[in-house]
Amino acid sequence: MIYCLAHHIISPLGDGSRANWEAVQTGRSGLRFYTSRFADVEPFCASLFDEPQLFVPLCIHSAEQAISETQIDAASTETVFILSTTKGDNLDLISPAKQIVQHFGNPNEPIVVSNACTSGVCAQITAKRLLEAGVYRHAVVIGCDIQTRFIVSGFQAFKALSPEPCLPFSPDRKGLNLGEAAATIIYSNQLSAVNLHPVWALVAGSIHNDANHISAPSRTGEGAYRCLQDVLQGVQPENIELVGVHGTATPYNDAMEQVAIERAGLAHATISALKPYFGHTMGAAGVLETIICMLTAKKQFIKMLSGFGGVNAAIRLKCE
Amino acid sequence: MRITHEIEITPTAVILDGQTLTQTETGEKMLIELYRQYANDYPKFFKLDTLSRLGFIAAELLLKAEGATRFVPTEDRAVILANRSASIKNDTDYLETISEGNYYPSPALFVYTLPNIVTGEIAIRNKYLAETAFYVLDKPEQLTPIIETTLNAEHSELNSAIVGWCECNNANSFYAKLQIIWKN
Repeated sequence: MIYCLAHHIISPLGDGSRANWEAVQTGRSGLRFYTSRFADVEPFCASLFDEPQLFVPLCIHSAEQAISETQIDAASTETVFILSTTKGDNLDLISPAKQIVQHFGNPNEPIVVSNACTSGVCAQITAKRLLEAGVYRHAVVIGCDIQTRFIVSGFQAFKALSPEPCLPFSPDRKGLNLGEAAATIIYSNQLSAVNLHPVWALVAGSIHNDANHISAPSRTGEGAYRCLQDVLQGVQPENIELVGVHGTATPYNDAMEQVAIERAGLAHATISALKPYFGHTMGAAGVLETIICMLTAKKQFIKMLSGFGGVNAAIRLKCE
Repeated sequence: MRITHEIEITPTAVILDGQTLTQTETGEKMLIELYRQYANDYPKFFKLDTLSRLGFIAAELLLKAEGATRFVPTEDRAVILANRSASIKNDTDYLETISEGNYYPSPALFVYTLPNIVTGEIAIRNKYLAETAFYVLDKPEQLTPIIETTLNAEHSELNSAIVGWCECNNANSFYAKLQIIWKN
């Protein structure tokens, strides 16, 4: 297992994990209506920064804040940077990742995880494997996406956007809202490096494809169910208090997640669906939503995501 | 780790397990020629973007070379691919549909504006229910520790994976080097 040393979120709801968590607790939402943010694009509802942000500085800010709470040396060969994003800086994923590691003087090549909406959970799984194998000691996992004319127009063309604030797991759900954020989690393979309390450990992670359709989830939640089964190995389902779902509020996604959760024996667990606060923050979602779950749960939770390409991912975190 | 089959595809050459396959076409037309010669039973191929066609054809030829039973639900084989430019070819095609003065976003193109779609297409074709993953890396050799730690992860049910580099900058500039790799 690997241990969370520190984390940070910056979103339209605030700068800092605690500020974002408190916004959620008090029911504040970042969702607003936009009529002229992008040329030609129909009006839409999303959670966007008031001032448009640049991708690289936003990632650097989040990583810097998280790193400042740890003793790790960001410039060490023992530290790896893993970036989770779908569209990066104006469709370029590798250049911004290299700019981020250069900023921190880190000598290793960065790893970019681009596994659609599951990227933020997959990036944590990649960190777990590399740290457990001793390839690196510490991982700085950054998730970030900035909304653009490209993305919003595409989701509109796909008819996936809700005209109003989204309603995950509601019978009245009409689709998703997009969002932007950057979030960072720093992991270590050494418990001794942790000075965060309580200590959260990433104990299991799993990725499965539905092998069904690239843009529609399996009705029976095949991939998501397999992920849940995997991360439940060695633990009774009743000990999972919270399941952080993807909860995009599209009809198919939420129905599929519900089926997978019930099949895995997790119907008792509290469901955490955060899109009504942050929107779908894409590459940031898996990192940001895991952080909110860490601040919400007491002992043990699962964070799951699904995405285009038929891919599903889940992780289990436990309080040590 | 043990590599059992390897394929390399450029716009002008196809080398499978060290043998050059003779093609008459080049570039994207060659990918279609390969499809007609070696698969020809999956009309959805024509809906795929070039990156997905490239990965699909590379996987088809690797699996033909392997000769094992195909299209049965498989839980122990992953698909782990990487490149440097993500889905840039299809992103560029989609951008044209939202150009100013000619705004008509195409959902059929938008769905391919993610590089991991190619791993999903291979999984769907072959009923692979295990892990699919896509990484964007500066150098192909960076994928090696990722593959090793994926196959050897704790509690992993994986025995093998289709892995490699799958890059497409435009319809006539692409490169794939894929392998079937086994844990033991």
